[in-house]
Amino acid sequence: MDFELMQKVFPFFLEAAWTTILLSVLTAILGLTCGTLGAAARLSRFRSLRFIGAAYVSVFRGTPALIQLFILYFGGPQIGIQLDAFQAGVIGLGINAGAYMTETIRGAIIAVDSGQREAARTLGLSNWQATYKVILPQAARLMVRPLGVNLNMLIKATALVAAISVIELTYTAQRYIGSTYKPFEMFLLAGILYMIILYATGRAVAWVDRKVQIT
Amino acid sequence: MGLDFSIIPDYLDIILLGVAWTVGITLAAAALSFAGGVVFAVIALYAPWVIRQPFRLIEFVFMGTPLLLQLFLIYFGLVQIGIDLPAFVAGIIGLGLHFAVYNSELIQTSILAVDRGQMEAARTLGLSRGQALRKVVIPQAVRAVVPPIGNNMIALLKDSALVSVIGVSELTLSAQRAIGKTYRPFEFYILAAAFYYVINLCMEWVQRKIERRISISR
Amino acid sequence: MTEQTHFVDIRHAQKSFGSLEVLKDISLTVERGQIVGIIGSSGSGKSTLLRAINDLDPLTGGEVWLDGVQVNKTLPHRQYEKHINAMRQQVGMVFQHFNLFPHMTARQNVTMAPMMLKGLSQEAADKLAEEQLDKVGMLERIDYYPSQLSGGQKQRVAIARALAMEPKLMLFDEATSALDPELVEEVNMVMKKLAEEHMTMIIVTHEMDFAASVCDRVLFMDKGVVVEEGPPEVLFRNPSKDRTREFLRKHLEGAK
Repeated sequence: MDFELMQKVFPFFLEAAWTTILLSVLTAILGLTCGTLGAAARLSRFRSLRFIGAAYVSVFRGTPALIQLFILYFGGPQIGIQLDAFQAGVIGLGINAGAYMTETIRGAIIAVDSGQREAARTLGLSNWQATYKVILPQAARLMVRPLGVNLNMLIKATALVAAISVIELTYTAQRYIGSTYKPFEMFLLAGILYMIILYATGRAVAWVDRKVQIT
Repeated sequence: MGLDFSIIPDYLDIILLGVAWTVGITLAAAALSFAGGVVFAVIALYAPWVIRQPFRLIEFVFMGTPLLLQLFLIYFGLVQIGIDLPAFVAGIIGLGLHFAVYNSELIQTSILAVDRGQMEAARTLGLSRGQALRKVVIPQAVRAVVPPIGNNMIALLKDSALVSVIGVSELTLSAQRAIGKTYRPFEFYILAAAFYYVINLCMEWVQRKIERRISISR
Repeated sequence: MTEQTHFVDIRHAQKSFGSLEVLKDISLTVERGQIVGIIGSSGSGKSTLLRAINDLDPLTGGEVWLDGVQVNKTLPHRQYEKHINAMRQQVGMVFQHFNLFPHMTARQNVTMAPMMLKGLSQEAADKLAEEQLDKVGMLERIDYYPSQLSGGQKQRVAIARALAMEPKLMLFDEATSALDPELVEEVNMVMKKLAEEHMTMIIVTHEMDFAASVCDRVLFMDKGVVVEEGPPEVLFRNPSKDRTREFLRKHLEGAK
C-alpha cells in the first residue's frame, strides 16, 4: 500500500468529491421534481396523462442510464440540444432517477388505505382536498425511506458521468489508476469518500424519517 | 445535422453481435450473482464470527461504492496482481460479485422474514435446525425472494452496459463502434436503447412466468 | 438425583430475561392420562412454562422430566440437539397462531415430519394423514393449502400434524385465542375427543368453561408463580386465594 502516493493525490480526490456531491444534489432535485410530476401523471384522472407517465417510467427504467446519458450528450447536438458534460450528466441522471422516484411516490400514495379517502370524502372534502389534507401527509411518511434508497442509488449512479469525462470521483480514480498503476490505492481513496457521502446521506434520511414519523 | 436512420441496416450485424454478447454476459453474471448471493447469505447468517466479519466488510464496500468504480478495480487490480483476464471475464466477475452482494442481502432478509413460528413448529415436531431450514424455512424464503431477485437481474442487464467502459464489445460498445464509423450517435444509441428495452421486456415476461409458477396458493 | 416417578415432572423451574423473572421456582407434576389446565392473565408466565416443557424457551434454572428422561439436561451442543429432537418427537404442540407451513397442503403438513424423521413411505404417510385428518374432521380438505382454510380448520390440521407423530403428551398454547368465536367450538370438540381417548394434555387457555369441562386439574398462575391449583370445580367455584377470586371475577365481567 503506497500511502505516500495516496497522500499526494488526496486533494484531487477531495475536489472531485465536491463535484460528485454537487452533481448528486442537483440530480436529486431534478429527480424529485420529475418523480412528483410522474406520479401525478400516473395517478391522473386523464387517460392520456396516465399513459405518458407509464411510458416515461417504462422507457427510462427499461434502458441503461448510461445509454440515456450518451443519447443526450452525444446525440443531443443532432436534434439541437447542446449541453456540456456536467449539464448533460445532471439532466440525464435526473430524468432517469425521476422514473424510479415516480414509482416510489406512486406506491406510497397507493399504500394509504382507500378507506382514508372515503372517510375524507364523506366529510365533504373534495377529491383534491382529500388528497392534500389526508392522503399526502400519510403517504409522505411512507415514502421517506424508499426515496432514501433511490437517493443512495442515484449517488452511486453519478459515477456514470465519468464515461462522458466529468471530473468527479470515479473519473479521477480511473485517471490515477491509468497514470500510477495503483488500482487498490485509488479505489480505496474514492471508495472511502463515496462511503462517507452515502453514510452522511443515510443519516440525513433517517433523521427526516424520524421527524415525519413524529408529527 | 439531421437524423438519418436509413444507415442502420449496414451496421446491423455489428449491433446484433453486441446484443448476443450483452445477453451472454448478463446470463453468466446473473448465474454468478445468484450462486454468490446464496454463499454470501449463508456465510452472513450462519458462519462463525471470524469468517462473517470480513464478509460483512466486503458487503459494506460493495454496497457503498459505484459499480463502475468496482469494475475499474477488478479489471486493473487483477492485472496488477498478475492475472491478465480478457475484459469480458473481468466484466462478468465484476457484475456477478456486485449483484451477488445485493442478492445476498435479499436472501438474508427473506430467510429472516419467515415467521419465527414456522421454525418453532418444525422444531416441536422434532426436526433438527438444518432439517427445519431445508424443508420449512428455505422453501418459503425462496418464494419471497424470487420477485426482488428478478428485479436485480433486470438491473444487472442495464448495468451490463457499464462493461463497455473497460472495453467489452457488448451492445453499448458495438453502438460506439458503429458511431465511430458513421458519426451518427443519436441513431445508434437509440437503436441500442431499443434492443435493451426489448431484452428487458423479455426478462420481465420470464420473471412473471416464474412468479406465477411458484406462488403458494393455487 | 431422585427416582423419577411422575410422567411429567417440573422441578423448581426458573426463568428470567435479564433482571425480569418470569418463572419463579415452579414445580408441577402431571400423571399419564391427566389433563391439566393453566389459566392466568397475559404475562403471568403460563405460556413460558408450557414452552419450557419441550425446551422451546429454555429454563434458566430447574429441571423438566418426561417419562423418566430429563428434557433439559446439560449436553454438548451436538448431542443435545439430537436428544432434544428425539424428545420433541414425543411431545406434540399446538400454537395460538397455528404455524401451519403455508407452502404445503394439509396432507403435506401432516406427512412431512413422519416421513423425514420416522422414515415412513409415501403410502404409509398418506394413510396416516388421512387417518389423522379424518379424526379432526378435515379429510375433505386434505389437499387444500392453509391459505384456503378458515382459522378453525387450520388449527384442526395443526392438531392432526402434531398427532401424526404419535406424541405421549400434547401441549396446547392458547389454541383457540386467535379464532373467531364461532370457530372455537370445532377446535374444542377435537380437544375433547382427545381427552376421551386419555391423551395426556397440558392446556394453556383463557376459556374457563372449557377448562372446567375437560381438565382434571387447573392451575392459576400470576406473576411467575402458581397461586393456586386444584380440581376445576373447587378452583372455579370456591377459590381459596384472593388473587384467584379477583382474576375470576374480572374474567367473568369481561365475558359479559
